[in-house]
Amino acid sequence: MTAISSYARARAVVAGRAFSIATRRHVHLSDTPLVFVPLAMAGEASAPLAAMIGTQPDKPTLLLVPQPRNRDLRFGFAASLADIVLDYVHSCSQRVEISANEQVFLDAPQLLVPNAAGVGFVKLLGRSTRYRRTTGPYPVPPQVPLLGRWLTHLSERSEFAGSSALLAMTSALGMHWATGQSALEDANLAALLGWIDPPDGVTGPDAALAAEDPLIWPPAGPSTDPAFDNEILAPAIRAWTDAATDSPKRHRALNTLERALRGQLEPTWQLMWRAIDVLRRLPAADSVDTRWTTDRRDFSRYHQYVTDGGLPQARRDGAVAAARKLRNLEREQDLYDATRALEDPLVMANYRITGAAFQGTVVQVDRDRRVPGGKGRAVTRPLIVVSTTDPAHLAISTKVQAPTRSGQTGTIVQIDRQPDTTLVTLELSGGMTAAKVPPPGTVPEMDEHITYTSAYPESFRKVELPPPDQTPWTHGGPPKPYTPTNDDAQEVWE
Amino acid sequence: MDNITQERLNQLRGAAGAKRHNARTVAALTGNPGCVRRAVLDAAGVDKDKLARRVGFPAKFGQSQFAITRGNSFEAQVKANAFAELITLLRDTLGLQIGEVGQTDLEQVGGNTSQEIRHTRSRQKLTGAMTNGESTFFDHPLLTLDVGGNTVYLEPDLVAFHHEGVFHVVEIKSFAVIDDQADGAKVAAAAIQSAVYVLALRRLLGDDKVSHEVVLVCPKDFSNKPVATKIDVRKQLIVLEHQLTRLARIETLVDALPPGLSLDLDNSADDLFKALSEIEARYAPDCIAKCEMAFFCRNEARGCTAALGISVREELGGVETVAEALGLADGTLVASDDQAEAASMLRATADIYASAAAA
Repeated sequence: MTAISSYARARAVVAGRAFSIATRRHVHLSDTPLVFVPLAMAGEASAPLAAMIGTQPDKPTLLLVPQPRNRDLRFGFAASLADIVLDYVHSCSQRVEISANEQVFLDAPQLLVPNAAGVGFVKLLGRSTRYRRTTGPYPVPPQVPLLGRWLTHLSERSEFAGSSALLAMTSALGMHWATGQSALEDANLAALLGWIDPPDGVTGPDAALAAEDPLIWPPAGPSTDPAFDNEILAPAIRAWTDAATDSPKRHRALNTLERALRGQLEPTWQLMWRAIDVLRRLPAADSVDTRWTTDRRDFSRYHQYVTDGGLPQARRDGAVAAARKLRNLEREQDLYDATRALEDPLVMANYRITGAAFQGTVVQVDRDRRVPGGKGRAVTRPLIVVSTTDPAHLAISTKVQAPTRSGQTGTIVQIDRQPDTTLVTLELSGGMTAAKVPPPGTVPEMDEHITYTSAYPESFRKVELPPPDQTPWTHGGPPKPYTPTNDDAQEVWE
Repeated sequence: MDNITQERLNQLRGAAGAKRHNARTVAALTGNPGCVRRAVLDAAGVDKDKLARRVGFPAKFGQSQFAITRGNSFEAQVKANAFAELITLLRDTLGLQIGEVGQTDLEQVGGNTSQEIRHTRSRQKLTGAMTNGESTFFDHPLLTLDVGGNTVYLEPDLVAFHHEGVFHVVEIKSFAVIDDQADGAKVAAAAIQSAVYVLALRRLLGDDKVSHEVVLVCPKDFSNKPVATKIDVRKQLIVLEHQLTRLARIETLVDALPPGLSLDLDNSADDLFKALSEIEARYAPDCIAKCEMAFFCRNEARGCTAALGISVREELGGVETVAEALGLADGTLVASDDQAEAASMLRATADIYASAAAA
């Protein structure tokens, strides 16, 4: 929660509709995302009940487990899901480019689920299938462990800020809009979308209220509505279980189950595509493509690793791997936030409120100023003064950058707080060529409207860790590489 | 609690009998301790579920029968074959010795399941264990706890007696522990519920006889194999005791209510609505998951900053209502002295938002 989003929430309450907290779209949307709406059976750790999945709004595939407690049926579900997911992964690996001596696929899988719990489901399903054996006791079809590794890969990738490989729709929408309800209530996709894009003639709060009725809007999963479980699902499952295999009774029971589950999934399926449309209406921010390239590169590497027969992901990260991962996660988050701010004034507004950035007007320019440089030669260091009404809580000698002038750094020389304005004096360096007199346009002009921020990508120092094989003995020495044990495969899944 | 207060609480509740608490509802008392409405309704034993329904804001709690079945079958499995699986587990976690295993079923007494009889028998057996040590496991003992002057019967899944004279509460839950990790919210709920049992047991046997470490037994990974984990519930115990003491001091809250206030479920919905509005609530979004009255309170709190979440309220300078916050932000409302800081912050936010949204 930031001051901007809280203020936008307050405005949304009064206006009865959601307010923007971003002017551009910061997530990548594939032309053919794989939309996945899973349902799980209540009370079980990872018992898939049904799912709707597909890359086209009018062609969802419905998968269901008529008796979720039956282990073989669960694997059957996993196998059918694997066929779809692996097919999709394969379709992303058809076209390739060479970038920095590396083969990078032009596409990458993008899995879209309704909410954070959906991401959790993907992670658990990945965990419960990736160690399965295809031979020996309880064999599973070969695609099942492979599905597990891809689902695990996607869910691990989704922890990185800025990755669009696996997105929870509620989070993607919540990044761009603030509603007039609490964050807790925003976890309901139907309610959230009701605020952002209510049906004609309905206000946001009314649409959100309607969304809380499970009869109108069944929950977006993976948990189902308890009343649905008790009144419809349980009798239908019992009817299926009690009927003899291949009997007409069993066919009828399966039809009933299918109808019931389709009814629970269809509304969310439609919501997902409506949400995609709503997001597509926003123009993509410039760096979305760069970040998607990172996703593509990561996908290509993992694809290669799987093709080369790499091992499934470990149950838990080792200490060294965890330290590196944490470092990377933090760095990605900082970079992501800073980059978004540079591209989106509404995101920058958060930094302006905390005082890490400021916006104002150039009121004084000393463009030809030269000072003695390190090697005795004079260097061009123009001074400018920016007048701002923002809080601008910055220390002297802090380095700042303007989103419109990357490559040029300003150093804060003086801050003069006057009753109704603050005058910030900056010394500029870089981005002015080697000429004695800076070429026109390379130094901000008088009366120019400009923003400077202390949080820009280059301002974050990279924390270096020693390579894993040189981990010092104080930290346990080089870690042993993970090898799956028989224990990993032998646990029962029932 | 004095008689006058009890009298007023009875009057408030009306003709219906007092709603019985259980471990879950006692545990729920610790959520949102600042809410007077909840404290009064709970102390009076009002059936909040029915009340919420009567005023047109039914709670949306419900438990799927699949979850219930799973919970029961896991408990049955763990206790099957004379606690075979549990013994192995607790031997490792608590260091029980082989010779110490003996079991007392307290779920019924000679076919009699009346609460008083069961409680008396549980009390005898549990206090007896300290002297004769003949039993290790006490299956479903019936404990009591005084909650706001009412006796509440509580039934832990299992109490294990350790050879060093200390009792441990064992709670069997069917949520999975996967790769040594479990859902934080579920563990927290189990911990506070176990703390209720520890407290009840301590009131019966003495503080030093009952360990603050409870044992949580859950399925491991995706299997039905149980795994035991010790949880320290000292923090939960403090919160719980504080809340129970507060309930006992309900007099001050009740005194502040208008005389003759009645929430008798036979009253008209309108009257109930009005009567409820006389009792101050402190709504926060997480009430929805915890309290039957949440939707009524949410409707009432519409336009309050707290309804948007605690952190949003704070970001808006801690101002009570949304209208006030926006008034201070656009300068149409004059800030009082203690609002000056919040007002200047809100004005800056509004200016910056406007300039950024226009760009």
